Amino acid sequence: MAIFIDNDTRLVVQGITGRDGSFHTEKMAEYGTNVVAGVTPGKGGQSFQVATGASIPIFNTVDRAVRKTGANTSVIYVPPLFATSAILEAADAGIEFIVAITEGIPVQDMARASAFVRDRGSRLLGPNCPGLISPGKAKVGIIPAQITKPGPIGVVSRSGTLTYEAVSQLTQAGLGQTTCIGIGGDPIIGTNFIDCLQAFGEDADTEAIVIIGEIGGTEEQEAARWVQEHLSKPVVGFIAGQTAPPGRRMGHAGAIISGSAGTAEEKIQAFEKNGITVATRPVEITDLIKEGLGI
Amino acid sequence: MDIHEYQAKELFRIAGIPVPAGEVARTPKEAEKIARDLGGAVVVKAQVHAGGRGKAGGVQLAATPEEARGHASNILGMRVKGLTVRKVLVTTAEDIGSEAYVGVLIDRKSQAPVFMVSPQGGIDIEEVAATNSEAILKLPVDPRYGLLLHQAYQLADFLYEEEKLAKQGARIISLLYEVFVENSCSLAEINPLIVNGDGEVKAIDAKVSIDDSGLLRLPELEAFRDVGAEPPSETRAREAGLSFVRLDGDVGCCVNGAGLAMATMDLVKYYGGEPANFLDIGGSSNPDKVVAALEIIASDPNVKAILFNIFGGITRCDDVAKGIVEATQRTHIEPPIVIRLTGTNEAEARKILGDAGFSTHESMDAVVEKGVQVAARA
Repeated sequence: MAIFIDNDTRLVVQGITGRDGSFHTEKMAEYGTNVVAGVTPGKGGQSFQVATGASIPIFNTVDRAVRKTGANTSVIYVPPLFATSAILEAADAGIEFIVAITEGIPVQDMARASAFVRDRGSRLLGPNCPGLISPGKAKVGIIPAQITKPGPIGVVSRSGTLTYEAVSQLTQAGLGQTTCIGIGGDPIIGTNFIDCLQAFGEDADTEAIVIIGEIGGTEEQEAARWVQEHLSKPVVGFIAGQTAPPGRRMGHAGAIISGSAGTAEEKIQAFEKNGITVATRPVEITDLIKEGLGI
Repeated sequence: MDIHEYQAKELFRIAGIPVPAGEVARTPKEAEKIARDLGGAVVVKAQVHAGGRGKAGGVQLAATPEEARGHASNILGMRVKGLTVRKVLVTTAEDIGSEAYVGVLIDRKSQAPVFMVSPQGGIDIEEVAATNSEAILKLPVDPRYGLLLHQAYQLADFLYEEEKLAKQGARIISLLYEVFVENSCSLAEINPLIVNGDGEVKAIDAKVSIDDSGLLRLPELEAFRDVGAEPPSETRAREAGLSFVRLDGDVGCCVNGAGLAMATMDLVKYYGGEPANFLDIGGSSNPDKVVAALEIIASDPNVKAILFNIFGGITRCDDVAKGIVEATQRTHIEPPIVIRLTGTNEAEARKILGDAGFSTHESMDAVVEKGVQVAARA
């Protein structure tokens, strides 16, 4: 099993003809993801040719893509000022799972969009996230597939490339993954740590979980308390930003220590207090997972 | 992006929020002239992107224009939390009856703007929250409808018992929400909101932070950016579209992705070094960005080694490799460069770098340890 995406995923790519959209559509299709449609307003009726020979139909609207192809998942590679519109369109078309890769969406736009998506009952992942991959089944987003392999570990992270680092080390150590998921570095995001931990908890194939957080906010602390109360599977954690100065935004819009709140130290303590084993360096994650699994 | 009090008050004034008359001065002489034009007692206030300016002596009352000049000459050039004061706001002194707090900010937990108001203003709201949380009313706003009329009254009613004051307060609170939305703010705050001797409610201080992502839609707000208040390297990085924060160490870091960039800095510290910067070259990086990144890092005289830690996803390793080669061909980069690249188009990148005489490291730990060693030897 896996969480959120698998062999039943029918993917529509919003922004399929852009630089990033076309590059990653190719990679997702090559991996075997069932990419059923693309959407670029004004290019409806054309098709997107994949190197493997497949042809993906392009539609003007997500609604039409859903009606024609039965798409149930969407991924958004659309510039920041148009991205929330793309999210709303997907939710309105009845897409169950929306993955927004776009970075730099104004936070008030996101506040409106996230309220709308919640009302429509869709699940949003991101924005400003790398998406997710269920190795051997499907990949939605930009996580490089070659660093993953099927197996029993669930990985959830606020970061993109730091996730790749951890996943690649797990894979090299022979520890495959059920699903690797990046929830995004913005202050307002759809799916949060707890949503993912809960899904991993319920997933019979996931035996251990890696959670990677960073400075800013209190989501890691809340996730830690949730783990203590609800999860019996071993969890290994890592927090980035121990050397980050307070009051400065470290790249991600959400990665900022405000006053004395949201420090790495505070999060590490919350992890330790609630039974999450903390890795000091990313390279230690693999050994701690092995210890947790007793292998 | 934080803006200064005088700029925030300009936004307030345009929106119709009552603020005392005042103008910004860059010299003591200008301060004196403004004080004379305003007439009566004035307050001279340091304009600096740091809290605690009052405690540092950056806010002074002046009875005469001459006194205003004297205060301005003390405050201009003063350092508050490491930042130099280059401007003062000279503003009419108000006779303060009561002080309240009114603020609206994006709340991560409720995923919406949240108003916070308290009749205990003039002090740090975090302090009120810690010692007397009952004195604060919090109210989340549904961003699709905006602040509703009755909500503005509910907030004002928490501040003022007298109907005349509550009415003024509700109007100001509604206008503050307009400022917040129209300027794509992450925070808009009035502390204190006072009642003066004439029973008028006024914003005596103003704090506004603009969401950096919102600037894309509101380029005119770029004019508020105080370029003199940031190191030149940060200005250059921003113009090149790079996330960059200058730090005090000697190991320059060039990384893709904010999380990996922070983890790389942490690892530099772990191996006994000090990071010189945070730098995220971002996704879909083109070679030009890498060239700019290298030049910015190398322009810091403290930097003794530059380390690249790239894990390709949306970033293509060959783009970064091309950038490194191009930058080193275009200009002489003094500090030694150590590189680790892996992920999307990794093989192409290794070839490009190999042809140009660069070797690459396999792991993050190896490249960071090497970078720290190289910096220590220099």
